[in-house]
Amino acid sequence: MSPARLLSALAAGLVFGFGLSLSGMLDPVRVRGFLDVGGAWDPSLMAVLGGAVTVSALGTLIQRRLARPAFDARFEIPAGRRIDPPLVIGSALFGIGWGLAGLCPGPAVAALSSGAVPVLVFVGAMAVGMGVHARVAGRRATGAS
Amino acid sequence: MTDILSPLLPSLAGGLLIGLSAAMLLLLNGRIAGISGLVAGLGRDRGERRLTDLAFVLGLLSGPPLFAVATGAWPVMRIEASWPLLAVAGLLVGFGSRLGSGCTSGHGVAGLARLSPRSLVAVATFLASGMATVTLMRLAA
Repeated sequence: MSPARLLSALAAGLVFGFGLSLSGMLDPVRVRGFLDVGGAWDPSLMAVLGGAVTVSALGTLIQRRLARPAFDARFEIPAGRRIDPPLVIGSALFGIGWGLAGLCPGPAVAALSSGAVPVLVFVGAMAVGMGVHARVAGRRATGAS
Repeated sequence: MTDILSPLLPSLAGGLLIGLSAAMLLLLNGRIAGISGLVAGLGRDRGERRLTDLAFVLGLLSGPPLFAVATGAWPVMRIEASWPLLAVAGLLVGFGSRLGSGCTSGHGVAGLARLSPRSLVAVATFLASGMATVTLMRLAA
């Protein structure tokens, strides 16, 4: 048990949740306005992505000079480079859901603390969707039909 | 503050914080801040890993209340979709993010930052399908 690891995860989560709240990503009307490029397009959320990717890239540059993270034995970074059908189909389905509701996993989970029932409906369905994927993927891995 | 800057500055500041969070999780714990992967892991992982991910989610949940205490107002949250639509959207977001190995945070914030080719394709794909969905709904309404 590493208290440092737990505390840094808690702190990172808090910064993430506060940043989401400040950014406007918790507001589905604005998210859908950002996606509505052919209508009353609201480009302001581009600043969220731009700001986030910039600081995250600085983190990545530092990470590449380090042998290991501060509180764990090694970095866990996805190494795959193959563009395969699951990546594209999954991302396309994700985008449809994102466009329908204006919610994605981070903002939806953060918004749970509001106690709003529509958020609970969305996150509950999201958990079911993840569970369905785990079952399908598990069945494929064990070779059953 | 002018009308153009007023939505932009908080969005930029919020984005910088989201990036800071991703950098923190990476440099301190060696992990990618991908919310869909993290949430899915809660149902699968055991032991300390699960506890660490729960700590992150607890922090994430505390973000909006902290914002409310700091600014005196809850973040704006206008959900217009009906419950059935939210359920369908949630299913698609949950299943799609797992099949596609990530969502806006893992592919968008972390993946783009390290120029992962998979994340570039994922982000282009979900932006395109999200834009198409919103456009079709506007045209159908």
